Amino acid sequence: MLSYLLLALLVLTIAAYYAGLAKARAFAAATGHHKSHHSLAGYHGAFVAAWAGIPSFLLVVLWLLFQGPVVDQLLIVSLPVERLQDLDAGQLNLLVSEIKSVAKGNIFGTPDEVVLAAAERYNSWNGIASWAMVASALSLTVVALFVARSMLAPRFRARNHVESITTVLMITCSLIAILTTVGIVTSLLYETMRFFSMVSPLEFFFGLNWEPQIAMRSDQVTAGGAFGAIPVYVGTLLIAVIAMLVATPIGLYSAIYLTEYASDGLRAVVKPLLEILAGIPTVVYGFFAVLTVAPAMREFGELLGFSIAPNSALAAGGVMGIMLIPFISSLSDDALNAVPQSLRDGSYGLGATKGETITRVLLPAALPGIMGGILLAVSRAIGETMIVVMAAGIIAALTLNPFEPVTTVTVQIVTLLIGDTEFDNPKTLAAFALGLVLFIATLVLNVIALTIVRRYREQYD
Amino acid sequence: MQQLPIGATKMLSTVKPLLAETAAETKITARGVSVFYGEKQALFDVDVDIPKNSVMAFIGPSGCGKSTFLRCINRMNDTIPIARTEGTITIDGRDIDDPELDVVELRARVGMVFQKPNPFPKSIYENVAYGPRIHGLANSKSELDGIVENSLRRAGLMKEVHDRMNEPGTGLSGGQQQRLCIARAIATSPDVMLMDEPCSALDPIATARVEELIDELRESLTIIIVTHSMQQAARVSQRTAFFHLGKLVEESETTTMFRNPSDQRTQDYITGRFG
Amino acid sequence: MTEISADPIRVTHNWGSNEARRRVKARYTADRRLQFYGIAAIGTAMALLAVLFTSLIHAGIAAFTTTKVELDIFLDPAQIDREKPAKANYRKLVRGAFKSYFPDVKSRSQERQLYGIMSNGADYILRDYVVGNTDKIGQTVKILVPVSDPFDQLYKRIIPRRIDALSIDRIALFNALRQQGVLSVVDGSGVVRTTVYVDPGKVPSEGGLEAADYDAMVKEGLRSLFLKEYSRSYEEIVSDAAAGKLKALVAADPSLVGKTIDVDLPLAANYDNLLQTGQATMRNPRFSSDDEFVWFDSLEARGLIANPFSWELFFNADSRFPELAGLMGALSGSFLALLVCFLLSFPIGIATAVYLEEFAPKNRITDIIEVNINNLAAVPSVVFGLLGLALFLNTFGMPRSAPLVGGMVLALMTLPTIIVATRAALKAVPPSIREAALGVGASKQQVTMHHVLPLAMPGILTGTIIGLAQALGETAPLLLIGMNAFIPSIENIGLTQPAMALPTQIFSWADSPERGFVSRTSAAILVLLGFLIVMNLIAVYLRSKLERKW
Repeated sequence: MLSYLLLALLVLTIAAYYAGLAKARAFAAATGHHKSHHSLAGYHGAFVAAWAGIPSFLLVVLWLLFQGPVVDQLLIVSLPVERLQDLDAGQLNLLVSEIKSVAKGNIFGTPDEVVLAAAERYNSWNGIASWAMVASALSLTVVALFVARSMLAPRFRARNHVESITTVLMITCSLIAILTTVGIVTSLLYETMRFFSMVSPLEFFFGLNWEPQIAMRSDQVTAGGAFGAIPVYVGTLLIAVIAMLVATPIGLYSAIYLTEYASDGLRAVVKPLLEILAGIPTVVYGFFAVLTVAPAMREFGELLGFSIAPNSALAAGGVMGIMLIPFISSLSDDALNAVPQSLRDGSYGLGATKGETITRVLLPAALPGIMGGILLAVSRAIGETMIVVMAAGIIAALTLNPFEPVTTVTVQIVTLLIGDTEFDNPKTLAAFALGLVLFIATLVLNVIALTIVRRYREQYD
Repeated sequence: MQQLPIGATKMLSTVKPLLAETAAETKITARGVSVFYGEKQALFDVDVDIPKNSVMAFIGPSGCGKSTFLRCINRMNDTIPIARTEGTITIDGRDIDDPELDVVELRARVGMVFQKPNPFPKSIYENVAYGPRIHGLANSKSELDGIVENSLRRAGLMKEVHDRMNEPGTGLSGGQQQRLCIARAIATSPDVMLMDEPCSALDPIATARVEELIDELRESLTIIIVTHSMQQAARVSQRTAFFHLGKLVEESETTTMFRNPSDQRTQDYITGRFG
Repeated sequence: MTEISADPIRVTHNWGSNEARRRVKARYTADRRLQFYGIAAIGTAMALLAVLFTSLIHAGIAAFTTTKVELDIFLDPAQIDREKPAKANYRKLVRGAFKSYFPDVKSRSQERQLYGIMSNGADYILRDYVVGNTDKIGQTVKILVPVSDPFDQLYKRIIPRRIDALSIDRIALFNALRQQGVLSVVDGSGVVRTTVYVDPGKVPSEGGLEAADYDAMVKEGLRSLFLKEYSRSYEEIVSDAAAGKLKALVAADPSLVGKTIDVDLPLAANYDNLLQTGQATMRNPRFSSDDEFVWFDSLEARGLIANPFSWELFFNADSRFPELAGLMGALSGSFLALLVCFLLSFPIGIATAVYLEEFAPKNRITDIIEVNINNLAAVPSVVFGLLGLALFLNTFGMPRSAPLVGGMVLALMTLPTIIVATRAALKAVPPSIREAALGVGASKQQVTMHHVLPLAMPGILTGTIIGLAQALGETAPLLLIGMNAFIPSIENIGLTQPAMALPTQIFSWADSPERGFVSRTSAAILVLLGFLIVMNLIAVYLRSKLERKW
């Protein structure tokens, strides 16, 4: 039905365009001379079409977004009070989902009278709501069409009106970026607050024991599971440090060689290859870690006589380091290129070798830019998900041994939420608390890094 | 603002009576026009009257405000966010800041040609047809063809391009490109034409061609030309205004200006002491 | 400062001295060292890239063919109803046809092993064939069905028939035991005679003998067999049943607690094999008997085994059986999600960029929007997944696992890329074009729509394609909104139907234990990388061919 409604709206909008166009042409023909009216006929058409189409389309979108929650609320309110007593949020959710599934016709066993009646109400309300949406959207379109058409006149500034509408649309689009951030922050904050109402923040930030996966019965919501996230943070940092130890020297030296020594031919070959490295999806890196790197490390360790876990921090961090090489190298490249030629000339003029110029003049001058790049890479490393989900551990062990498995914030978020959508226990809510920590950490790192890089650029601009 | 008769124009530093040698009808009147770019004032309180169907040249050293003033006349300064204009400019007695007057209508009536030829990266035909099309000046394809041909003919370009109307305008030579831009400006049948150093990017032959064209167009248009070349101002204009440091120093008949300037700064400029 | 200038010391330096020459030489060495580090770094990066691609291609190439066995099947009209051809017992038909190749296989257990050579999907393949060709009912048809995963891998030489049971140092360990004479064969299975102290300390007061740590006692006993420490690999010499045997002994005679006894502990399978056959290899445990090899070899000798290109990889839905699993579901899911992503992010991104670049006044609000967009570009993708989960699924009640929601989340992530690219492309359009259009009386929006946007379009499209390529490879947010559903059919494809995407398919296959999924995963990655390369090539082409240089 929705697709028919949208189709009908589209047809009406097109009709509105032609209605406006026809009216504008009619008075253009009547007045004879084209300069006597303000806007081109097309703008009159667009004006009518915009008023006919946009408000009713918005109405439909909002209706669709809020029909579900509103009908759910009505449903809960309509349930008999005695049925709602002694139900906690989780059980209420369960009851509502049961009613919904009965309403869809998936009846398992014999549901009780209350559920059957509620399901019937639910269906009828949804039906009423859908028809009300169709009726109101269509009537809104038709009314807007006629009102807008009646406004047309030879001196009517249709172009200005259409351009105002376009401007409003563009501003709305620009606000989506803000709304996204607001959405991220509020949803993370809201679920984190709920988490902290069940688990003390003190435990979450300073506890040393992370065991969220313990199966929980409904009567021991907070009894089971330990949510001390320190081991998770330590694991995240360990893997990030390993990744940076791999990526920074390789990336930095590559950048130095490419900007200062390499011939144009070599640059033309190596740079795109590094870009390929940057364009590979992280799930591929994760599989590469599992398929090649971890077994190779294990065998190498056996050769040396010590055991390396198959999901060691070393394997995950090392592969993440490979992923970050192009990132570091291109940011260092930018930083080195931003150093003005005059500094180089000054150094060469004193008889310095290329190497001396690089280590004594260019690197110190480019250091803020390079540091900024490294911070950005660290932020990427702690936010990176797929490599660690596939190659790092799930158990949170508090260790700094790179040969042991550790877990990370992102791994925990994914494992806690895969296959689980009930937002009523600390296990799933913990993922949002971790998400908030991750969001804040990466945001702070990025802001610092971008500030450093910007200051550095300004210095040479 | 009350319209003052020519010759009674208030001068800024010196008050110098001007005798109106030709009692031409005034097309454009500016009173107290100042322009600010943010905090910085670029134009100070300019008063000037520009007669109809004549060429007025704005001369002066670079950065003196002549282009800034030119861009006030079709409100091109509106497109610079930090720019702010004060004072009044009227065309045929109508205030150009009148909220009833749409800026796009103003710009259609006041054509503009820029320093560097800037044809759209489209065909020659499309370049000229663009203006009439967005203003709805043609009711049919043949009418539009007529406007395009007529404009190209008036710009003296028709003979050179009649067989390649669908080739890109950017493929023409510099001089041809500038005449194409003039044709494009003519196509919306303006009655004022603003030219911002239209020949500065052209070679002498192309410059001569454009100057001839300006002289022809004068019959039907009021033309204001900003130029850094005093010879050009002397060649093409009937009246000349000299700007210095954002102020209109002197405005008079071109012959008077060059033979017998009344202000010392004008004297210094035209004799080449600065600028 | 004044002191220095007051005392002008002339420093003279003899550039020709040996000392000076040596110093210059050392400086050049340092320069070359830096160059060497640079080359080494680039070499490492390139080598890693090469290893990445070779290992993926090496592992993935096998999945582009499927090993199949040819069956002659009589489509018996008595068994297949022409009216309802889907209802017949195709398993019976397929097995019958396969069995006819091996008339001497009689016992039930042998039959079961024999049918194990064929893929579990063989009956469905026949069913689909018959449903599509009802005119063939009553005839005998030749049909190719895939073999099961171990035989597919065997035919492609990915897994061996026999595997090394023991490494060299383990064989040394075995030989040390043999020299001590503690190894023997009792009742057809190898044992090691071990002296075990039944340690009362390992019998807990609670639980008693039942809960005692026999495993530790066995390990203690084994250690005593070795003078030399062989890391801890000596512990693997006995099978898992060793502790149980000890436990049974002690349970039968509780008086043994506190005593030292000699007990024959059963050897682990690989050591048992070495003791009894003298071979350090054993049958690959993926196969249940050597008969299977004989049957498979005979099929191959009769020319019944083929290895054609695997269309199944592209056109099948997902499956638990690697030889049947295909990417159709993932490809359609990714396509739909990318379509939604494009339809949302392209217009919204362009509108935002055009507004910020061409129309917005420079004020606090637009500053905030700008900072916001830059920061959004750096938010980890998994956080977008959390947003999708909390907002789209939980608050707005949108369907789980649906490409619609996946596309919406991806659109939010792609927006910053498109906005940044569009703004760069708009900036590159010279102001003279804008002035020219304004000069003939075009309104600002007409200038943008008629001139600036068309000229910026190649740059915008390039950025969009790059953004979509990133979105195509994005995994974590799709996992969180459940787009890793196992969908074994491709009948219900739709924006709101549960679906899979290419990267989540890779993730779930990578997690599957069957050997065949290793090459399936690599092949899926190669397909994904293929798409990414094509998209990037298009972007490069657009950039080089269509983008104007001003």
